Formats: sequence, C-alpha cells, structure tokens
Amino acid sequence: MRNAFFNAVFALAREDERIVLMVGDLGFRIVEGFMAERPKQFLNAGIAEQNMMSMAAGMALEGKIVFAYSIANFPTLRCLEQVRNDVCYHGARVAIFCSGGGFTYGSMGVTHHVTEDLAVTRAMPGLTVIAPGDPIEAACVPAAIVAHDGPFYVRLGKAGEPNIHAGPIDFQRGRAITVREGNDVSLIATGSMLLVATRAADRLKADGINARVLSMHTVKPLDLDAVEAAAAQTGVILTIEEHSIIGGLGAAVAEYLAERPGAGPRFKRMGVPSAFASEIGSQDHLLAHFGLTEAGVAQTAKQMLAS
Amino acid sequence: MNPLPTKQRQSSVDLALQIRRTTVEMTSRANASHIASCFSVTDILAVLYSRVLVFDPQQPRWRDRDRFILSKGHACAALYAVLAEFGFFPKEWLETYYLDGSRLAGHATHKGVPGIEVSTGALGHGLPLATGMALAGKRDERAHRVFCVLSDGECDEGSNWEAALFAPHHRLDNLTVIIDYNKIQSLGWVKDVIDLDPLADKWRAFGWAAREVDGHDHAALEALLTGVPFEAGRPSCIVAHTVKGKGVSFMENNLQYHYTPPRGDELPRALAELGVK
Ligand SMILES: Cc1ncc(C[n+]2csc(CCOP(=O)(O)OP(=O)(O)O)c2C)c(N)n1
Ligand SMILES: [Mg+2]
Repeated sequence: MRNAFFNAVFALAREDERIVLMVGDLGFRIVEGFMAERPKQFLNAGIAEQNMMSMAAGMALEGKIVFAYSIANFPTLRCLEQVRNDVCYHGARVAIFCSGGGFTYGSMGVTHHVTEDLAVTRAMPGLTVIAPGDPIEAACVPAAIVAHDGPFYVRLGKAGEPNIHAGPIDFQRGRAITVREGNDVSLIATGSMLLVATRAADRLKADGINARVLSMHTVKPLDLDAVEAAAAQTGVILTIEEHSIIGGLGAAVAEYLAERPGAGPRFKRMGVPSAFASEIGSQDHLLAHFGLTEAGVAQTAKQMLAS
Repeated sequence: MNPLPTKQRQSSVDLALQIRRTTVEMTSRANASHIASCFSVTDILAVLYSRVLVFDPQQPRWRDRDRFILSKGHACAALYAVLAEFGFFPKEWLETYYLDGSRLAGHATHKGVPGIEVSTGALGHGLPLATGMALAGKRDERAHRVFCVLSDGECDEGSNWEAALFAPHHRLDNLTVIIDYNKIQSLGWVKDVIDLDPLADKWRAFGWAAREVDGHDHAALEALLTGVPFEAGRPSCIVAHTVKGKGVSFMENNLQYHYTPPRGDELPRALAELGVK
C-alpha cells in the first residue's frame, strides 16, 4: 500500500508543480529518486513533526498541495494541535499520510502501535480520514486528494499487502465500495481489515451465509447511505478495524445507528480494546491476540446471527 | 548508598565487546532494525553501567538509584543486553527480543522489564522525562542523579530544546545529557538534513556546562562521566563524537545498517570482527 501511494504521488507531482512531498526523516529507499529529480517539490523536514506540520500548512496557504509523510503516530498524535489549528482550521491543503497503521510495527513496541489515530483525526473539523483497504485503493487516493479542496489524513500499512479488488475500481471520497454482495450480514471494514473481512465472508459462504462486505475506506465523511442500506437490507452489522473500538469506524457507525429513527440492526464493533498491548509481536501475532482474524470475524458474525 | 555490585567493577571494554556480540545476535535472529544505532552507543552504555551509575539489580526500583533514560529507544537491544549482563533479568530473555509474545520490544519498554525506567521510541520524550525526574529529586532533596542519552537526529525535536531551556533555569545539576553524535540520521547525514553544529556551544548558550569527548574512548568517557556536575548549579551536557555502526568495519557509517541487521554470510563476518571464532 505504501509503495502504491508513493508512486501515485510521484506521478501526480510530475504533472502538477503545486505538489510538495514533505517527509519527517523517513522514506529510506523510497523517496531518494524523487528527491533528486524534483528538489523543489521535496523536503526532508527532519525529525521534528510539529514544525513539519505547521510548515506544511504554511506552504499550503501559499498555494502548495503538501503531502506530509511520517510513520506511526508521529504525524498525528505528536503534532495534533498543529493538525487542528494550522491545517484544519485554515483549511490548508495538507494530506498527512502515515505508514505503520495498527500493528504494522507490532514488534517495535507500544510507542509504534497506531490504534487511536482514526479517533483523533475523525474529531478534527473538515479533515477527511481515509484508510485504504488494499494497494489498488491506495493508488487511487492521491488523485482524490488533489481533486478535493481540503485537508486529509491517510493511514497506510506497509508494503506487500495483497490486492483484494479483482480489477479497476470506482474510488470516490466518502463512498464505500461493495466487495462482496450479500443480505444475511454486513461486514464493514476499513484499512487492513478488508482482507480479513473478505476472507471471513468466503468462510461464511461455505456455511451458506451470504455476507456483504463493504470497504469503508473513507471513515470520515462516513458513507451513511451504505450504512443505511446495510442496516435495512441485512439487519446485522459488524464493523472491523485495526484500531481502538473507541472513536474509529465502529464508533462512527454506532453514532449514526443510535440516532437514526426506527429499530436498529443488531450491531457489534470488532477492534482493539482500550488497553496497551501487554506483549509485542508481529502484526499477525497481535491481530490474533485481539481476535481480529478471519476465523474470529466469521465466528462473531455467526454468533450475532444466532442471537 | 549501597555498595556497587561486583559486576560493576568488570572492565568496561570487555563489557562493550560482549554487548556488541550479544546485540548483533539479537537483531540478526529477529531480523530487527537499528544494529548500527546500538553500536554507536555501546561504549557509552558500558562505561555508564560499569563505572558510573549507582544501582542494585536486585531492587530495580530502589529509591536511591541513579536514573538512566535511553531516549533513543530504538537502540534498546544494547540496553537490554547490558541489563541482562548485570542480572536485572535472565539472559535467556534476550533470545526472545522482538519475537512474538516477548516483552522485549524493538523500542525500550518499561512494562515487565526490570531496569528500564521509562518507555521510549518516539524521539524527543526522554530529556523532558529526565528533567521531571531531576526536578522531583531536587524538590525531595535526594542525592541520586539522572542521566539521559539522546541521538543526534533526535535533537531536531523541539521538545528537547524546551527541556534544555528549563533545566538550567531550575539549576538541575543532578541532570546529565549525553548526545550520541554519530552524524547520521534516518535519511542521511545530519549536516545535510538539519545541521547541529556547533552543538556543544548551543547547549552552553542555553546554560548547560558542556564538554566534548570521543564516545568510544572509555578512559575519557569515564573521566567525564564521573566528574559530573561539571559546575555546581548547572546541568551537564556531554557531546560524544561517535561512529554509527562502530566495531564492525562494513557497518560503520553505512546507513543500510540503521534498517537491516547483518544477513547471510555478513553475520559470521561481523562476529569474527568482534572476536567470536
Ligand atoms: C518522533 C519520532 N519521529 C520519527 C521516528 C523514526 N525514527 C526512528 S530512528 C530515527 C532517526 C535515527 O537517527 P538518530 O536520531 O540520529 O539516531 P541514531 O540511530 O543515529 O543514533 C527516526 C527518524 C521516531 N522514532 N520518533
Ligand atoms: Mg544519529
């Protein structure tokens, strides 16, 4: 996902001189070619994320479209007030993007676990929050950013995730993509959990359960039409995210469902409890630790259908 | 003050060699990053733990211990190796470094790891934390000291300079910062990203008593570190000139080893250079 996103930024930047790629001393073996090719459209801001984010806003207010990159929590939590005041309040065209979402850097320890970013960015007025589900979606995001006048936060994993979509997709900011059709239960996933959700749906299919899978790549603004249709047509909604169950995708869906008139669907959030991981390990290890696996999702869906 | 444990009298040079051997095995086993970052700080850690810091591995939270914070938490493998060497926890734990289910994460982690004061890994937190500990020590009229190691790229972070302003104002002469000035950060040379020179003069201008040293010269390090505070009423700063990857020729000043450990036949070559047959 990371490489698909970077390559799309490089391609757009060659056509559009407003685009600037800013990195917080990260991007080894990814950005060097672009740095040499387009020095005026590149900046290594050093290990100084607060300064980086305010500078990105400053450049954007002068007409640039700034893609600001770092890993893990550094371009969000570390400089959240700069994101809020300088980027969001001024409507600056800054696209913050990070790799390392969720437990990508699980073995690196709790400082590198990214499990509250969607919650805090979702709370920022005017900020579009996107977590693409596969490299095909990730490659579409930079163009969507350039087409929309406003700030973005994009959460990426690492490199090497498989493609989930079979072919070209119609990627639109704020519009969910239906990856599997079905009317028995809805699995709404964001980011890396799209893979887990589609595999869980395939398992459920073997048991005669038709699960709808939605790639909710845009967590804000949420595609309320897609959530409404899932509620009305399937009556059972399970959200899945590699993020705290507080404040992210599941919370956004729950907020909508709780305030909507009429009887709600059966609903459950799968995600990370609000606790620091008590052990470390690879992404797969930690996802299994928290039950965020295809088996875990399929089992939860079945329990909901049985209740 | 408790007597120094016998281990603390072992030669710091021998200890440093042992730490480099252990660390390269830990990172290669787990395919973990940051071996070069470990090697640049190894001699500093070896001198601190064998010659300077007052501690008791049997009572890691002993109230009168000196506090040590490795703010460049990505070099934690070297610190874990030192702590295991002094018996803070069993050496077998080192074999789990970075692996599934371990408590020894790839950044310094306090949870469940005796001897690690605070978790670090997001750069720019260690010195403000150390400053708070030093301030509490002064207010409580305690004699223990606080030592903190920063990396050079880390000095880009503004939070360090906020603490750098604060500590002299509050006369925190129980606080010592050591900067591992290896001249390399994540995307290249420090002088090309954000030049820090003249680094010691910057700290002096902020009110610190600052000295410079060869960060691989054990005698010089020991002389300085046992001489703090350099001036009563001022925090101390030691700018340690180091080489990233120090100790294995092909890793020295080679940015690749910030990211990857020696692989394949590089591992036996690295161990051979460290005197392992
Ligand atoms: C706040 C923050 N931003 C970015 C990083 C990612 N990162 C890890 S190590 C490093 C830089 C390494 O260079 P330096 O600080 O000089 O340490 P060295 O390994 O050379 O001792 C970076 C940017 C981080 N850990 N924390
Ligand atoms: Mg350095």
